[in-house]
Amino acid sequence: MKLYLKIWRQLNPDADGKLVDYELNGVEEDMSFLEMLDYLNEKLITKDEMPVEFDHDCREGICGTCGLFINGRAHGPLAGTTTCQLHMRSFADGDTIYIEPFRGGAFQVIRDLKVDRSSMDRILQAGGFISTSVGDAPEANTTPITHAEAESAFDSAACIGCGACVATCKNGSAALFTAAKIAHLAKLPQGKPEAKQRVVNMVTQMDQEGFGHCSNTHACQVECPQEISVANIDRMNWEYNRARLLK
Amino acid sequence: MALTGLFLCLFLVVHLAGNLQLLLPKETAVIQFNLYSRILSGNYFIKVISWLLFLSIVLHSIYALIITIKNRKASGSAYAYDRRKVVSSWSSRNMGLLGSIILIFLVIHLKDFWYQYSFGTLPLDDEGNKDLFSIVVSAYGRLWYVILNIVAFMALGYHLLHGFYSAFKTLGVYPSKLSRGLYYLGIGFTLIITTGFIIIPVFVYLNYHT
Repeated sequence: MKLYLKIWRQLNPDADGKLVDYELNGVEEDMSFLEMLDYLNEKLITKDEMPVEFDHDCREGICGTCGLFINGRAHGPLAGTTTCQLHMRSFADGDTIYIEPFRGGAFQVIRDLKVDRSSMDRILQAGGFISTSVGDAPEANTTPITHAEAESAFDSAACIGCGACVATCKNGSAALFTAAKIAHLAKLPQGKPEAKQRVVNMVTQMDQEGFGHCSNTHACQVECPQEISVANIDRMNWEYNRARLLK
Repeated sequence: MALTGLFLCLFLVVHLAGNLQLLLPKETAVIQFNLYSRILSGNYFIKVISWLLFLSIVLHSIYALIITIKNRKASGSAYAYDRRKVVSSWSSRNMGLLGSIILIFLVIHLKDFWYQYSFGTLPLDDEGNKDLFSIVVSAYGRLWYVILNIVAFMALGYHLLHGFYSAFKTLGVYPSKLSRGLYYLGIGFTLIITTGFIIIPVFVYLNYHT
């Protein structure tokens, strides 16, 4: 198929970027979106042009590294899908595709479609862990936890930290990401001793990084490739309000 | 936002319940509504509540302004092609606009009724109470004023549709069944409040002026 691409090109964080038009022939519908970009880059390199830089790593939908704003939507048109798992069969011959980096006040475009999302890492560093060294996996039944609780904690832990929630939020809020990390540990006995300190530290860090307030539009839940529920945000608010009121 | 918003929601219920007395047959409505207004304005407990209401409106508006400015900054530079509106509700994205319409309406509304009642000279009814009923009836004799009210109440409706449910989420109501229950309660609350407030000016216009 033939595609008309409009790709955000930006030389460095301080430079002004702009959309640049590319016509790409010979795209196959079995290509992943990133393979389509690889294919474009091969053509650009052979023409002695600078390739389009973009983030990618596992290409299996589990690492959270890739993330593009495709045709006005985070990770493109499909629900519950990362950019690397989006395939060209979702587009038609002759389509125009807008490709932009994830944007947010706490994100910075490094070059083209590559985005510095280390602000999210710093939220994790502020408390997204338990301080105890737990050693090897213990005998499963020594810590009483129901199957439902374990599943619920795992649903929260499934967040891959791609930043689609921030990119799609009109407020540039990282509430869904932060909440998933807080809720994951708040739901498990191992996370409870440090729960109050954790939620206060992580929420404070989130604000310091310049992420916006959550106004419950729920766009993040719709665009999340891991389909993380906004119920995590409710849980974070509960944990935060409780920690602040009951010091 | 959540606490002041929910306090204002509670006020809406009381305000609507009182104002629905305007729908009674004229002879009863005049006596009932004017007596109700006198009791409200004379009660010290209600006076404290009314100052709390003013304070809530001011705090709700100022805090909204502060977080809107902060959120604008936090949203970063604009996308060249933006289809994000398909993944969230219109009301959730336009709370500022809806709130501004409500605030403008509130100023007009307070000037026309509360200010008149508290500081103006009103005629008295047969019982010797200030005749607020006649002021309301004559105000809703103007079609443009009725339409203005309907527009404001529609804005209030959309504001509540998102705000009521969102307030509980901000407070941290997380059990899923309770959360779902509050979502439907919010829709019901919005329908009752909006319909109730719209019926009053429409009824007065049709009943007393046509």
